[in-house]
Amino acid sequence: MDYHAPTTLDAAVDILAGASGDCRVLAGGTDLLVRMRSDMAHPDAVVDIKRIASLRTITEEDGGWRIGAAVCGAEMGEHAGLRAAWPGVVEAAQLIGSTQVQGRATIVGNLCNASPAADSVPAMVAAGALARIAGPEGIRDVPVEEVPTGPGKTSLGHGELVASIFLPDRAERSGDAYLRFIPRTEMDIAVAGCGVSLTLDEDGGIIRARVALGAVGPGVMVVAEAGRMLAGSHLREGGLQQLATICSAAARPITDKRGTEHYRTHIAGVLARRAAVIAYARAGGTLE
Amino acid sequence: MSKLHVTTTVNGEVQEFLCEAEETLLDVLRDRLGLTGSKEGCGTGDCGACSVTVDGRLICSCLMLGAEAEGREIETIEGMAEGETLHPLQRKFIDMAALQCGICTPGILVAAKSLLERNPDPTEEEARYWLAGNLCRCTGYDKIIRAVLETAADMREAS
Repeated sequence: MDYHAPTTLDAAVDILAGASGDCRVLAGGTDLLVRMRSDMAHPDAVVDIKRIASLRTITEEDGGWRIGAAVCGAEMGEHAGLRAAWPGVVEAAQLIGSTQVQGRATIVGNLCNASPAADSVPAMVAAGALARIAGPEGIRDVPVEEVPTGPGKTSLGHGELVASIFLPDRAERSGDAYLRFIPRTEMDIAVAGCGVSLTLDEDGGIIRARVALGAVGPGVMVVAEAGRMLAGSHLREGGLQQLATICSAAARPITDKRGTEHYRTHIAGVLARRAAVIAYARAGGTLE
Repeated sequence: MSKLHVTTTVNGEVQEFLCEAEETLLDVLRDRLGLTGSKEGCGTGDCGACSVTVDGRLICSCLMLGAEAEGREIETIEGMAEGETLHPLQRKFIDMAALQCGICTPGILVAAKSLLERNPDPTEEEARYWLAGNLCRCTGYDKIIRAVLETAADMREAS
């Protein structure tokens, strides 16, 4: 195996584009090194992107936040500005693994590992995040939900990598939240997860809502119907019940060792209503 | 395939080594630098027995390549005591019998030291969450948590 540690994004793209064999991007390594260790990946080369200065920063941009692909979860949690703007995205990122894993794991890695249960992904999707993809043809920005295409698969072409995530300018009176269910309190993989992002008007009415589910389908799911239902509502009890029903109906889980199809379908709705309540409070709304 | 030449700092001393690209930092520490205090429990980042800090950040050395260590500052369990003088956490773990077989102990001490450097007055919940990635199959964790919290109290008093 070859180890590359380029110091510019262009150099990283050149290496990836020029590679003939299996060439992998190494960010935090918390998935890739486990795969290599478990004999599930045998790369011919890895491209360590942590020496690329521009990918190591969290920067304010057009009122939003750009998070470089080499920024680890712990760094996101320590960033007061990012935490204040997008608490749901940060809490989702920080649910991944232990303190030690937080010191390495990145949300871009979480996205590109393309696990249906990736915790940070529903939160990013709810936030309307864009992935900036760098490749031989240049730079393009795509909604994060277009990056994973199925378990372990992404839409990235040859020579491409995700360089950063952009969380857009957050309107006044907005809030987001992410909740997942696991059978224990820490260090587990989601049985189901839900990200909710809301924007309110001055009277506490919801004017914009995005809801995304994780671990209940082959990939992250945007529940557009839930967003449409919430918009114009005040998140009263009837609406919350309706939200839960819509999200459970949208869920397409499998039965595996983490949970049954029936249970996951139910819990997707429960998580949606609870996450919506948290997002609503963070947006400054008061539940009646 | 020629080996990679890496220069890094381990416990304050500059170290140079040659390694294969696939080798983890844990492999390098144990097999090339003779620092066998860091243990391999799972090799997949679940148990924390290989915990070290890199540029002050707590990580699992089994989930980092040795080649990535170039120019970094690494701290391992071997750097915790000052000569014959044990770190207060090490002393307390012995006094309170916060270990049994000892395999997890280096990783837990490195992780606990990192916690107390960031948060000299952790709550029990904070200590338990911080150490959630360090598995111990002997103690049931209670003695470990109590030893960490008592050390924190002692260190606050001493400072």
